[in-house]
This record gives sequence, structure tokens and C-alpha cells, in this order.
Amino acid sequence: MDRKITIPVKIKIQNEDFDVSKETKILREKQTGAIVNFVGVVRGFDERNNSLIDSMTLEHYPGMTELEIEKIVKQSCERWNITGVTVIHRVGKLLPSDQIVFVGVSAKHRQNAFDSCNFIMDWLKTKAPFWKVEENKNQKKWVNYNLSDDEATKKWVV
Amino acid sequence: MVIKYFSWIREHIGKSEEFIELPDNVKNISELINYLNNLNDNYKKVFVKKDLIKIAVNRTYCSVETKISNNDEIAFFPPVTGG
Repeated sequence: MDRKITIPVKIKIQNEDFDVSKETKILREKQTGAIVNFVGVVRGFDERNNSLIDSMTLEHYPGMTELEIEKIVKQSCERWNITGVTVIHRVGKLLPSDQIVFVGVSAKHRQNAFDSCNFIMDWLKTKAPFWKVEENKNQKKWVNYNLSDDEATKKWVV
Repeated sequence: MVIKYFSWIREHIGKSEEFIELPDNVKNISELINYLNNLNDNYKKVFVKKDLIKIAVNRTYCSVETKISNNDEIAFFPPVTGG
């Protein structure tokens, strides 16, 4: 765990939207043979309560969020042969279909990029201190955590 | 010491952070929660839901047994829901 990250890593928490093609281009380097991108999007429908949502607001714990994402990226670097990582997570008020999160991983070969991207996303969901509140008409409701997200991390435990 | 609260915990307690002077007999998180519970009912209503509360000391996840001192930054928050 004490080894330093030696590949280009970008971690950003921001209100603004992000441009996937621009971020993908940044990950394209000479040694890169594969890039896997994940984009999380605001669902306009609350599946658990069978209701529409008007908007969603995300808050986070500045300082700790970045640290937790760094830890996850570092573990990913130790586990897979990857050449670059970008994690961008938005906060503030978002509307249905808005982009929330971008995780892009580049590698020489695709399987490392797929696995690393999946790993980063699974752990981000359970460790990075973000919270969502859904707004519908004049009501707001904090989103409950999802037990299946905890389950998803189990596949990475060796 | 600074204590930060997030999400519905912040709303229940009515503030996002507060500064307190740690009493001498408060040595760990569990004792801090007892101390806060005695301040008013808002804390009690939050900390009764102990299974739904995550704790961080100096921006690192920890448990109720974690030792604390007056220079620490403590945070209480619900399980995370980002991504």
C-alpha cells in the first residue's frame, strides 16, 4: 500500500458537467491499447418507490471524498496493469438524464481496463462519501443505500 | 475538536459542523456519542440509529472504539449513496 501511483491519475469533484470524448482523448497515450469508460446518469424514475423524480442533489465530504477515491485508484493500480485513470464526480443539483460520474481507465490490454473500471466503480459506490437526495414536486427524500452495492464489492475480495 | 454532520444527520442535528472542547473523560467515539446525547434530544434521535451511522476520524473510516483527541476532525454520516 505504500507504493506511489506512477501512472497519470485525475480525480475531480465538480458541479460542472464533463465531456466524455474530451476525457477519453486525455486517456489516449502511446502505450494505451484499450480504454473503458463508465458514465453514471441520473435516473428520472425511483424504482424502489415507483415514482418519478424532478431532480437530484448530491453532497459530499470535501477532503475525505478525494482521499477515498485515491485509495481505491491506488488499489486498482496495484492489482491491474493500467496506464491511466480519470474519476470525475459531480455534486449539486442534477436533472434526469444528467451525467453524474465518469470513470475512465486506460490499459495496454482491454481486460485490465474492464476489471479496473468495474473495481473502481464498485468501491466508489460503497466508500466515497457522497449522498443523494431526490426531489419530487415539493418533497425531498434521501436515497437509501443499496445492499446490492455492498454485495458487488465481495467479488473483489481475494 | 470539529464535528461534521452530513445528509439527514445534518438535518436532524440542525448544523453541518460544530466546534467543541473535548471533556477529559471523553477518550473515544463511543464516549463522544454519549456526551453528545446528553446535550439534547436531537443527538439522541440520530445516534439511536447507530446501525445507519458511519464515522470518520481525520477523514478516515473508523469505529466507535477509535481513540480521539481535541485536535481531531470527526464526521458522522449515513452509508454513502454516490455514483
